Amino acid sequence: MLIGTVVLAGLALGLCAVLVLTDRLLPAGRDRVAEQVESLLPRIQCAQCGYPGCRPYAEAIAAGEADINRCPPGGEDTVRRLAEFLGREVVALDTTLGSASMNRVARIDEHNCIGCNRCVPVCPVDAVVGVQQTIHAVIAAHCTGCEICLAHCPVDCIDLIPRDA
Amino acid sequence: MAELMLVIIGAALVNNFVLVQFLGLCPFIGASRRLEGALGMALATGLVLTTASGISYLVDRLLLIPFDVEYLRLLAFILVIGAAVQLTEQMTRKLSPLLHRVLGLYIPLIASNCAVLGVALLNSTANRSLIAALFYGAGAAIGFGLVLALLAGLRERAEFADVPKPFQGHAIAFITAGIMSLAFLGFTGFVRL
Amino acid sequence: MLEYTPDRRPTGGLRLPAHKEASTAQPIARGFVPRTLVLALQQHQGPPTTPVVRRGERVLRGQVVARARALRSAAVHASTSGHVRAIEDRLVPSVHAVHRTRCIVIDADGEDEPLPPGAGSAWPEDPEKQLKSIRDGGIVGLGGGVFPTAEKLGPQTPCKVLIINGVECEPYISCDDMLMREAAAEIVDGALIMRELLAAPECIVAVERDKPQAIEALLEAGRASGDASLRLADIPTIYPTGGERQLVEMLTGEEVPSTHYPSEIGYICQNVGTAFAVHRLVRAGEPLLSRVVTVAGDGIARPQNVETPIGTPIGELIEFCGGYRGDVDRLILGGSMMGYALPNDEMPITKGSNCLIAAARTEVRQDFSERFCIRCGNCGTACPARLLPQELLRAARDNDHALLDEFGLTDCIECGCCDVICPSHIPLTEVFRNAKFAHARYQRQEVFSAETQQRFRRHEERERADVQRGKDLQDQIRHEVETDEPARQQAIEAAIERARQRRSQDTDSE
Repeated sequence: MLIGTVVLAGLALGLCAVLVLTDRLLPAGRDRVAEQVESLLPRIQCAQCGYPGCRPYAEAIAAGEADINRCPPGGEDTVRRLAEFLGREVVALDTTLGSASMNRVARIDEHNCIGCNRCVPVCPVDAVVGVQQTIHAVIAAHCTGCEICLAHCPVDCIDLIPRDA
Repeated sequence: MAELMLVIIGAALVNNFVLVQFLGLCPFIGASRRLEGALGMALATGLVLTTASGISYLVDRLLLIPFDVEYLRLLAFILVIGAAVQLTEQMTRKLSPLLHRVLGLYIPLIASNCAVLGVALLNSTANRSLIAALFYGAGAAIGFGLVLALLAGLRERAEFADVPKPFQGHAIAFITAGIMSLAFLGFTGFVRL
Repeated sequence: MLEYTPDRRPTGGLRLPAHKEASTAQPIARGFVPRTLVLALQQHQGPPTTPVVRRGERVLRGQVVARARALRSAAVHASTSGHVRAIEDRLVPSVHAVHRTRCIVIDADGEDEPLPPGAGSAWPEDPEKQLKSIRDGGIVGLGGGVFPTAEKLGPQTPCKVLIINGVECEPYISCDDMLMREAAAEIVDGALIMRELLAAPECIVAVERDKPQAIEALLEAGRASGDASLRLADIPTIYPTGGERQLVEMLTGEEVPSTHYPSEIGYICQNVGTAFAVHRLVRAGEPLLSRVVTVAGDGIARPQNVETPIGTPIGELIEFCGGYRGDVDRLILGGSMMGYALPNDEMPITKGSNCLIAAARTEVRQDFSERFCIRCGNCGTACPARLLPQELLRAARDNDHALLDEFGLTDCIECGCCDVICPSHIPLTEVFRNAKFAHARYQRQEVFSAETQQRFRRHEERERADVQRGKDLQDQIRHEVETDEPARQQAIEAAIERARQRRSQDTDSE
């Protein structure tokens, strides 16, 4: 009985030691998961997921901290692709987060723009051009339709129009 | 050498652990949804199978038999398998984080894969040499990987097929596995071990 | 001219019933003058032309009505005389679908008055100018691709072989066959002109074996021309061997890489109709005014080939052929395999319209109920592009873009072979055509996303740099304040001292 206990305990300790050793010795691989998750997102930087950009959200997903259904512009398609990539279950898109869509672009109403310059620095992709006291304009080809500028306009002169319209 | 090859063929095809001996069925069904995942799983299980069969053989011969405590075999083997699984987990986590994410739950589950324990126990009862035991483990791993990949490929295709509603999902997978099992019965008598 | 049979079999493809007997029974009908012309500004692959006529202006046959400004373009001419009624947007059939595009609408006056003789410029000596002349002559690939001929004949990769495509493998179409029978000498002449322009060492005229009269006529014309570089290849009657890539592979054994055009590996294909048009331009100074159109199908009173002025409304052409007959199910532009149904017969014949089918109910497959794929693999055997339609179908229905790329969706030539042979009536070609659009959109979006990511990175970096610069500035000021503290104290004391002195002076002066 005693021998048995000793043998088992010794075996367990020995295996523990080996595992601790290998854990120390194995080189840590570069975690490319976040990068790959990011490439599955639409990358329009709308921040509607609650993270300050697509990369931080991708990192949160990769770390298992965030749900995969928080990307409104990506839609169900993105959820499905993320689920497949990560081996997670497909969940319904969280529609409460926002309505950003890649099919729309922002347009500044030139009659109402007061040239306050508040929308210029907040645009994540620098698609708004203009200096203080002049009318601003959106470069439609660069605009991602992320809706961030809408909240910053004091005169509410930005609206979203369909892309290519 | 010829005998060792026979051991491998015997373990991989004739006495295939999954389809003939019906061991390790949970990962067989659980991890065969996609081919990539199945290949990863096959690799991980193969690693555990081979290392566990080697180490448990050594433990059996150098520890349990000299100290005359063979009645602890089951416990000791489970301990060894647990460690081997942990080792595999470490390796996938560090060397391929992506695979680790895909396999996720299934790596710890290898510990409860009866095929692994089965190989270790069969090795000690069959009185093989160390080399033969390692080859037996490797053969079991090859056989497991083979049928897992086969089933995954079949299931990927079945997804696209007109399967009657009551048979969709796991049901058709079980039926497919059953037919595969029948096919593997064709190897019976091929090699006598 | 040497006749030979290539010893290769085409990849995939099908033997299809030809349906060409009715339209080849009589010679090409000539002398048809329409009442109206609808001339689209863009009848070629490339940027549209610019109109050079005004509303109400009288135009003569052969007069340029829209000029080619870009290199990859071809001018448009009035194909009969009349008055310009309007320049407006209209529905016009193009290569794969109907498009709304700008058109010059002309009311023909029935006189068909040509430009005075000598008005057209003579064929120049300089190759550069010859190309311009072809562009101004409005010549495009008449096989259906409508690629500007001047662009294709232009200086580029040296041409190894000029291939004159008279294969015409698609059912119902017989316009090239009839043209070869009736104008073989002109076609050979046009081919030799193009061969000279390209400086090609060899020229192969490819004709399907089921056109013995055309082959005979071409051989005769080839012998008469006395050119040793000409060869005639008679090739098996299998659809779609007439496809550019398929034909090049069939004749040369070289597979055209999917990333390249045949011209980029030294093979230029020109349709026999194009060769004829080049001949007319060079020898008679006549631009592309008309083309031979096959009017076929059981729904037509008199199926035949008609030399049709470009821009003729389809309805008028059908009227010329005796009108509709019986129960017409649909009107198809192009052949029965790659053509598409037209919404009405008001649209014009363009440079690319080779065939018009008024299909009776009995000619059209009525049972479209799709069954499940039984994996017979017939589609893979029939595919001339060596694709796996069954796998592509799965990827397309799953919207799996990575898989679509892997299985080579973009290499699908939409020939319809898989469609015809599928025992489960799966509309494979339709699925692939739609998937191509979706795939292109997906790829555009991926590029946009990657660019956006870059812009966001730069934006972030700049923001960080701005914040850093602000911090640096603050630090600098603080640093200066701290290091200069003694000097500052001294300056303050000096000022106080000065003030005190001034005050004491003030009190002194009082």
